[in-house]
Amino acid sequence: MEILEKLIDKNGLIFAFLVVGVIMWTSYWVSKNVLRKKIPGVAIAIIVGLMLAFFGDKKGIADISLFSGMALLGGSMLRDFTVVSTAMGADLNKIKQAGLAGTIGLFVGVIFSFFLGVFLASILGYTDAVSLTTIGAGACTYIVGPVTGSALGASSDVIAISIATGVVKVIVTTIGTPIIAKKIGLDNPHSAVVFGGLMGTTSGVAAGLAATDPKLVPYGALTATFSTGLGCLLCPSIFYFIINAVWG
Amino acid sequence: MKIYGVALLAFCFLLGKFIGNLLGALIGINGDVGGVGFGMLLLILGNLYLKRKGLLAPLTEKGILFWSSMYIPVVVAMSATQNVKAAISEGPIAIIVGVLVTVTGFFLVPLISKIGRKKQND
Repeated sequence: MEILEKLIDKNGLIFAFLVVGVIMWTSYWVSKNVLRKKIPGVAIAIIVGLMLAFFGDKKGIADISLFSGMALLGGSMLRDFTVVSTAMGADLNKIKQAGLAGTIGLFVGVIFSFFLGVFLASILGYTDAVSLTTIGAGACTYIVGPVTGSALGASSDVIAISIATGVVKVIVTTIGTPIIAKKIGLDNPHSAVVFGGLMGTTSGVAAGLAATDPKLVPYGALTATFSTGLGCLLCPSIFYFIINAVWG
Repeated sequence: MKIYGVALLAFCFLLGKFIGNLLGALIGINGDVGGVGFGMLLLILGNLYLKRKGLLAPLTEKGILFWSSMYIPVVVAMSATQNVKAAISEGPIAIIVGVLVTVTGFFLVPLISKIGRKKQND
């Protein structure tokens, strides 16, 4: 046992790969077989992660020495590196096809999510510009929140709220899209492109559209892919200035 | 070779972060402003440029795609290392903000679709 503990201690990152792999496998299994894909595996895996974080304090589960490698795998270096790499999935020609409607939807989506998020956070008692900006960014996607939060030096609990906000958005988008699709005219590629940009969460949009009409998935996912990048660009810069000017 | 792709990604990442940090210093925030977004833009443009020149070998591309497939696991690890205890003690803010933003977003879809369609027809 002592040998095993030493081994894991020395190879923390490798053990973290194993731990996350097991979490993902279990979550996707539960999503497919228990919840009949009503909640995407990604959302379940993130919720499991957030629940595991309960076992520690400031650094979540990484506070337990056995799981210290999780801090490296989930740290800002690998996070930003992998987020940048997702830009490979975006094809400039397809973006041109999506055209103006998608672009407007994309910008409106990021702007309205952010400012509605900030507005609600201010009603709920937040007054400092960094926390307001981080929570507003979390209302864009669960990536924009922590990226913005760590850029501005937000506290870990506010970053956790911003991630949780993004996760709630994934779940509501996934479950809500098939229910509300007809009412909002979401039955053609054009509105799917707008929808992807407005909602922003790639996993929520892809899962929600798959449950509505699988043909619409690429159109929605296309603009959604850009939402996180746009949010990461705007939230810690222009939006932070605006919030800082109002609340700072 | 796959490492070429990883190296290209690393270059875009670092240059993006550098621009982000420069911008941060320029506007007086001690930190990274939009570095990730700049990195993504650089990668899209670099990808496009190399593809046009026929310099992007499939293996090079695979080196980048591996990391993009790792982004969800990294996010899972990230959520497991957050200060969740403190977040919950702050109250149900995440649920309130998440639900209201999403539902409002749904109802913006027909509105924006209309605007977009009109302008496309012009």
